Amino acid sequence: MAGQVATGSRSGLRSALPLLLPAYLWLTVAIFLPLSAMVFFSFMTELPLAGKAWAFTLANYTTFFSQGLYWTLLLASLRLGLEVTLWCVVIGYPAAYVLAKVLKGRSREAIFLLVILPFWSNGLVRIFSWAMVLREGGILDTALNAVLPFKINIDLMYSYPAVIIGLVHSYVPYMVLTCYLTLQAIDDSLIEAGRSLGASRLQMLRRVIIPLSMPGLVAGAALIFVPVVGSFMEPRILGGRTGTFYGTVIEDQFVAVFNWPLGAALSFILLAVVLVILALASPVLKRAA
Amino acid sequence: MRMPKLTAFLTATAVVTSALTLAATAAEVHVLNWKGYGADEPWAIAAFEKATGNKVVNDFFNSEQEMLTKLRTNPGLYDVVMINAAFNDQAMAEKLIQPIDVSKIPNYADISPDKAGSPMLARDGKVYGVPWVWGLTALAINEKAFETPPTSITEMWNEAHKGRVVIRDDAVEAVQFGAIATGQNINDIKHMEAVKAKLTSLMPQIKTFWSSENDWNQMVASNQIDIGTYWSGSADRAKTHFKLPVALVIPQEGAVAWLDAFSIPVGAKNVAGAEAFINYMIDPSFYVEWVTKVGAPVSANTKAVAALPEDAFNRKVMGDPDVAKRIQFQAPITDAQREAYLALWQELKVNVK
Repeated sequence: MAGQVATGSRSGLRSALPLLLPAYLWLTVAIFLPLSAMVFFSFMTELPLAGKAWAFTLANYTTFFSQGLYWTLLLASLRLGLEVTLWCVVIGYPAAYVLAKVLKGRSREAIFLLVILPFWSNGLVRIFSWAMVLREGGILDTALNAVLPFKINIDLMYSYPAVIIGLVHSYVPYMVLTCYLTLQAIDDSLIEAGRSLGASRLQMLRRVIIPLSMPGLVAGAALIFVPVVGSFMEPRILGGRTGTFYGTVIEDQFVAVFNWPLGAALSFILLAVVLVILALASPVLKRAA
Repeated sequence: MRMPKLTAFLTATAVVTSALTLAATAAEVHVLNWKGYGADEPWAIAAFEKATGNKVVNDFFNSEQEMLTKLRTNPGLYDVVMINAAFNDQAMAEKLIQPIDVSKIPNYADISPDKAGSPMLARDGKVYGVPWVWGLTALAINEKAFETPPTSITEMWNEAHKGRVVIRDDAVEAVQFGAIATGQNINDIKHMEAVKAKLTSLMPQIKTFWSSENDWNQMVASNQIDIGTYWSGSADRAKTHFKLPVALVIPQEGAVAWLDAFSIPVGAKNVAGAEAFINYMIDPSFYVEWVTKVGAPVSANTKAVAALPEDAFNRKVMGDPDVAKRIQFQAPITDAQREAYLALWQELKVNVK
């Protein structure tokens, strides 16, 4: 049996090769080569432009460890990643459950469309729309004051909550989609069986639904956590003076001072830290999943 | 069956491209400048093309570093490049720009002697940059927040404006602003600690860090800010063309001045066209139209400024000899300084969190 599977997969690989080739060729050219170049840059003293002298160095990496600034920022970014992921779970998971188990037919399609909609608009447009909503005298402020009997002053713009709101809005569809897929795959008869055996709603959720949909939660969390830790656009526009994060510092190195080697080194340190976190978390997550 | 079609298509593309290239070599002027900064105004390009027969092709940069990189990596592509005088030295040292024969640029004679004679633009008796416009990084106020405009830079630290102050997210500008606030020479900062302390005490006042004119104007339009650092040309545009309650303040402590100049890159294919374009850019007719239609910094050409109405901001305020005494022109900055400034600026931004 095992031998059969092995030969089967080998010949399968050969016939699959033409199908895989375009994707891998594209990945090699568009991702692997530039990324290797960046690794190379991160060990250089200077970009080799216009015949400038350069040498190999570890200085770009040691800069990270010698300056407390980068640690502080990295921790702030990791915290941001965790908070955004958490809010995405809180908001996205119930929505995914309703989509998968409660709604059917047309209404499901309509709600699904609303979830996907943010994906179809440009990220910058979304952020600037939030800017209009969140600022003092903005849409939220005006609307609440029009309804409420007392005067409140809402100015969330240029603050940490504004960054969280913007990022959660951008990333919650990932959580909804991944959770929806796993929740939909749960056999309804399992739920009925649990009910008939007298499980309460909370027990059902804790013992049956969450464990079975764990792969979706984990995948969604990873999909959200990694880009949020490196995000720079949302913090810069919505965060105001509190909007300095690890990602914005990397952007500064590339754009403002043209120090690509340091920018590349900082990026790879981030990549390493994220990989370590995912590796450390993987046994726990695997057990859970 | 598909191959011949593809071949035909490729041949057609090749023919069209080569035809375009041929037309291009006839008379094209490739210009590298900030976007929306005079040289790409459609009416200006049309007028220039009609007058000289040269076709203008614009390309843009978003930072001085990007501009230098574009020159380094595309030798021979550009005919004209706009360089902040503080960066002219670096471009010349890297042999990216060539000496300019100013006798081919008739309007050069009208450039004010202090600008034309700037040591940043000439070396060994050769001219490497033709001064175009200059301006200030000073303060601007939201007129709704002030009965009488402030005169001192210390207004930025006034408790009354807490959370309604903005400053540009630019390390060099921030550090030089701090130097002025602590009474130092922006090009020779002796007490960096004083600058750091001064900027640290400014941080709690800040609402956000702006990065574009649009940021600034929107915050004033929605009455979110009182005062902040701003560029003179932008304040002019905000007031005259967007009708916003914005007024420029040149504090008694001084302001940072910058000078923008045109240069001709090494290997430019159309030097004659480049000279004609630079001549047009410093011409009074172009300048007056630019100021009236769009709003602009101050021309380096004395005749161009004189062609403005008496009470025009760029003539009355910026031309005031009293102002000239207070301002400090930016000199070149080394890479090491720039990185040190950025480190300081990032530290300030992180500590505020």
